[in-house]
Amino acid sequence: MTSPVRVVVVDDHAMFRRGVIAELEAAGAGEVEVLAQAADVDEAVTAVAAHRPDVVLLDVHLPGGGGVEVMRRGQSPETRYLALSVSDAAEDVIGTIRGGARGYVTKTITGPELVSAIRRVADGDAVFSPRLAGFVLDAFAGSIEVAAVDEDLDRLTEREREVMRLIARGYAYKEVAKELFISIKTVETHMSSVLRKLQLSSRHELSRWASDRRLL
Amino acid sequence: MSMTTNPPYEPRKAYRDSHDSVLGGVASGLARHLAVPVLWVRAGFLLTSLLGGLGVMVYAGLWLMLPSDTRFEEGPPGLASATRGGRRPGRLRRLGDVGPAIALAALGLGGVLALQALVGRGAAFWPAFFGLVGLALLWRQADEAQRERWNDQSGRIDPVRIVFGSGGWASYARVAAGALLVVSAVFIVGFEGASASDARAGLIAGGLVLIGLAIVIGPWVFGLASDLSAEREERVRSQERADVAAHLHDSVLQTLALIQKSSGDAATVARLARAQERDLRSWLYAGESADESSAASALRGAAAEVEDAHGVSVDVVAVGDCPLTDDLRPVVQAAREAVTNAAKHAGTGRVDVYAEITPAAVDVFVRDRGVGFDPEAVADDRYGVRNSIVDRMRRHGGTAEIRTGPGEGTEVRLHLSRTTTQEASHD
Repeated sequence: MTSPVRVVVVDDHAMFRRGVIAELEAAGAGEVEVLAQAADVDEAVTAVAAHRPDVVLLDVHLPGGGGVEVMRRGQSPETRYLALSVSDAAEDVIGTIRGGARGYVTKTITGPELVSAIRRVADGDAVFSPRLAGFVLDAFAGSIEVAAVDEDLDRLTEREREVMRLIARGYAYKEVAKELFISIKTVETHMSSVLRKLQLSSRHELSRWASDRRLL
Repeated sequence: MSMTTNPPYEPRKAYRDSHDSVLGGVASGLARHLAVPVLWVRAGFLLTSLLGGLGVMVYAGLWLMLPSDTRFEEGPPGLASATRGGRRPGRLRRLGDVGPAIALAALGLGGVLALQALVGRGAAFWPAFFGLVGLALLWRQADEAQRERWNDQSGRIDPVRIVFGSGGWASYARVAAGALLVVSAVFIVGFEGASASDARAGLIAGGLVLIGLAIVIGPWVFGLASDLSAEREERVRSQERADVAAHLHDSVLQTLALIQKSSGDAATVARLARAQERDLRSWLYAGESADESSAASALRGAAAEVEDAHGVSVDVVAVGDCPLTDDLRPVVQAAREAVTNAAKHAGTGRVDVYAEITPAAVDVFVRDRGVGFDPEAVADDRYGVRNSIVDRMRRHGGTAEIRTGPGEGTEVRLHLSRTTTQEASHD
């Protein structure tokens, strides 16, 4: 039995925070330990600095500059962020991932799914919802016309594309592994590498997306 | 039957790009309008500026004439409100944004010096240069302030904010430097070779004229501004309130009433809540349409209908999009049939739809994690799968493949080639 993942919940709706914490205590008993909660950016930064949690469940829309601001000011390098939001808008999803989150799930996620997403993020893996996978495929669609500075960052390998496609189709990691005849570990590696590209790529579509929406 | 509606013809207009701007956004706006790389346009302006200042004139003219592109930012209400309330990150200026400006300024200075070396030190040269730079700074600040006025929700027109926007050292610096440069240009022209006391007399006279003008025109300008702002404030407020009220009434209130009526029936309540959530979400955030305007949007519409009819949640993820032409309708219909099947028979409350629309083909995957079935055992009189999905796709030159097994869930894959040469279906 591994030790429970230490979590801080950040959301500006008190009712929702309570709901999430109750759900985590029910579905994640022994797996997830909620250390603290915070309602805005300043509180969140203080809580992260004080508790140095493994994972911060981070609302994207937050008084004081949004979840991205928390990640920017966060003082705890070992802490990982999982974004949790009602918004499905592309600019929020991409902006948050590029701000440093290792995953993005929407608030309609079920308790057990949330617990496993937290566990995954704590282990250093990426968490992609089908919608996020769809955005990734959209952003990396087509072939890139100009030889970019770092070409490898700006396009997905065929294998990564396949993995993203299966995730977008609603496959779980295990099912992806089975479908492609690879191990779950390999799937996780592909996901992490896609996450890295999403965060670091200077690809035109991504930067235009961000600048169009006046993000980042 | 085939009806193609053309959108009304709209002439393309050029705008100044207020997001990707070095000076006034003229070059990037022009580049977008002409569909050429922005670097060429900027280089063009620089080159023609060196040829007797033509580029500067053209740039200034365009800056005056072209409207800025973000008149009113019409984001989805939820995002707009989150941005206003400071719950989303604003635009951060990075050092990278300043880079081109510095490079261009250095080039411009080099050009100026080169020009000066060529033509010699003319009397009109430095005043003109100072004046131009000063004007550019002031106009730049006017753009900033205009943009902030548009984003300003209070609707008030404050004379100070007209000049400085919401302040910040950058706007104060721009106004101060701009005014200083323009004034020194005027002084260089006006008092070239004059004595200090002449200059002082001129300065006092000029100042008195300005003060007089301000006293005469001031109240009038102020009155006009406050009238305008009062009217604008009222109009904006009442319209917004009316819109939100209408939307809440049509959607949330009706749904709540329905939920109260059927509060005993858990399935109906869940279905209503889900439909309302989808509606509110698309209104607040994504702004994704669910009508017949495009293939992805038609799929979302079909999924929403099945959701409402069967009380399951259907998530549609679409990559790429295209207009919904007549030859794509069968795919949408087959997909709707597949989603309906999954909703009815799978026994789970959730269906995932993934559509990939490329210029070459349309692929739609409908997947559930339900009970699955044995395709061999489906009775012949069950038309759903065979007729509506497989045969329909085949008739229209596509393929449908069903992967399932008892207890394994079901996935229906629809494929339709979009290239004109109809490939024989490979099955």
